[in-house]
Amino acid sequence: MSVLVGEHTRVVVQGMGRHGTYHAVACREYGTAIVGGVTPGKGGTTIEGIPIFDSVEQAVRAAGANASLIFVPPAGAADAIIEAADAGLGVVVCITEGIPTLDMLRVKALLAFRPTRLIGPNCPGIIAPRARCKIGIMPGAIHRPGGVGVVSRSGTLTYEAVAQLSALGLGQSTCIGIGGDPVVGTTHREALEMFEADEQTEAVVLIGEIGGAAEEEAADFMRACVRKPVVAFVAGRTAPPGRRMGHAGAIVAGGKGTAHEKMQVLRAAGATIVDSPAAIGADVARRLGRLRG
Amino acid sequence: MKLHEHQAKGLLARYGVPVPRGRAVWTVEEAGQVANEIGLPVVVKAQIHAGGRGKGGGVRLARTFAEVETHARNLLGARLVTQQTGPEGRVVRRLLIEEGLDLQGSREMYMAVTVDRALARPILMASARGGVNIEDLAASEPEAIVRESVDPLAGLHGFQARRVALALGFGGALLAPATDFLLAVFRAFEGLDAGLVEVNPWLLTADGRFVALDAKLDLDDNALFRHSELAEMRDTSEESPLEVEAARHDLNYIKLEGGNVGCMVNGAGLAMATMDIIKLAGGSPANFLDVGGGASADQVRHAFRILIADPDVRAVLVNIFGGILRCDVLAEGIVAAARELNVAVPVVVRMKGTNEAQGQAILRGSNLAFETADDMADAAAKVVAAAGGPR
Repeated sequence: MSVLVGEHTRVVVQGMGRHGTYHAVACREYGTAIVGGVTPGKGGTTIEGIPIFDSVEQAVRAAGANASLIFVPPAGAADAIIEAADAGLGVVVCITEGIPTLDMLRVKALLAFRPTRLIGPNCPGIIAPRARCKIGIMPGAIHRPGGVGVVSRSGTLTYEAVAQLSALGLGQSTCIGIGGDPVVGTTHREALEMFEADEQTEAVVLIGEIGGAAEEEAADFMRACVRKPVVAFVAGRTAPPGRRMGHAGAIVAGGKGTAHEKMQVLRAAGATIVDSPAAIGADVARRLGRLRG
Repeated sequence: MKLHEHQAKGLLARYGVPVPRGRAVWTVEEAGQVANEIGLPVVVKAQIHAGGRGKGGGVRLARTFAEVETHARNLLGARLVTQQTGPEGRVVRRLLIEEGLDLQGSREMYMAVTVDRALARPILMASARGGVNIEDLAASEPEAIVRESVDPLAGLHGFQARRVALALGFGGALLAPATDFLLAVFRAFEGLDAGLVEVNPWLLTADGRFVALDAKLDLDDNALFRHSELAEMRDTSEESPLEVEAARHDLNYIKLEGGNVGCMVNGAGLAMATMDIIKLAGGSPANFLDVGGGASADQVRHAFRILIADPDVRAVLVNIFGGILRCDVLAEGIVAAARELNVAVPVVVRMKGTNEAQGQAILRGSNLAFETADDMADAAAKVVAAAGGPR
């Protein structure tokens, strides 16, 4: 089994603009059950054969949606997430980049009392190759079914890691892009917890970056609760302090959140630390005993 | 987005935070006029986006109009070097002329509101020790800082503000004004979509008034769409010209001092990883440049132009993992840029992902001298060699 998503997942896409439609179709082509789209005011129409609803609630009632993929622009994204949670969806993936932090704080506070799991925002999404379920914008073709769980704050760096794994015959159970914002729905620690409990997953690749303390929190959890091998890379060793490196959350503030610090605590918690971003796949293979070195 | 002290104080005042009377000026003449309006003594404060101005000589008391003029003349146009500016300093282009409060018998405290990322809640912090560097204080005497975590749906409760005020020793007649001050700053934090509001020092005058003697305000860039008036306060003269130029084309560029390998990457995480691997290969990255997930050929061209406008760059590494950004689009952009700009430095290209083969074909067909690489390690080794070897 993969984590969070699988054959049972029925996805509604919120924000069927050009971007949303392009990716809705790409997800469907990969094999995902895309059961509807939401664009308020366009209910009753279809786009690329996908029925459009005025609200998430309608998509749940009429099409049995149980997950959503959000492309709504920043000004309306927080509302879209809360709407999805209010409609009772179990998994909500928010791709939108640029949501105000205070909006995300309110979203997190509201979600705390609901069973909804939010992934993102500002993320590539989630993919489970064996179930052919992709809820996100990642290139599906680079993934292979297998036993490595991947969790990352980055988009293209995750693709890089996945391509390295696939090239070495190491397939993935589930890849979760948790997003590059300072406040995200699902953290490294929560993803680790799900991978540890998942029987398909035999090892975890954890990709972190500078800023915040999510990697440190994951390391604390690892020490206490993780038995599976964890291979970790932290981006940003060369990043200057006090600068935001592309992602809103990637900033060393007041000397805190450096790559060095994060690598140290992850290593101390038992993770294999990857030195070179070109060696992520090889280090996983070595840790799993499938490559000499 | 960072604001100047005078902008921060103006905005805080709108939310009811008491600040000293004052105004920003750009010339010596204006400085005299404002001092005349406010009345002596005044404080002449250099406005730059860096802390440590007091110790760096950027804050001067003037008891006479002649002193106002001397200080203004000496500061305007001068390079102010503080602990935070680096040795090159910052050019002072504007001053804040502010009433000189009587500090005799006053107390200086610290207070700030920011986002606690781990708890995903706003946090109010305060300390009876004012004027200190809060990070140093947090390291040496963490118990000297009072923290109050705030429910983002409810906002700062009155009792929470009172708890903080009492912890700092403000009981009796001081409790109400101290509480009001904290609540007002929190309202400003929320209303302005700030990432940080810091009042340091937070002053209690001898006659029992609470005042923001200095203020620092960082706004959330992602929220500027709903604060158009605040977006106009951006002072681009405080930012690197190449970074400002990059932002105009929706590119994320950060110049790194001392590097000689330019790099262009899609995605922030991969861009950081690319800088890291250049360093591992013995080289030194000259910049961070993220062209984003869906860059157009035109953006790629601008990115290239900005990269090579940096005179330190001896070689360029393009590292793209094509997802939404297709390799053929990227290749077209690179070829167009190299032709148009007459790129004289060696360029190493590593492309992977969507339409990789088409992209490679475009590069080969261009008859330009691109070096290609299979993976990141190979690319880093090649570009470091092209830049003149490890340093």
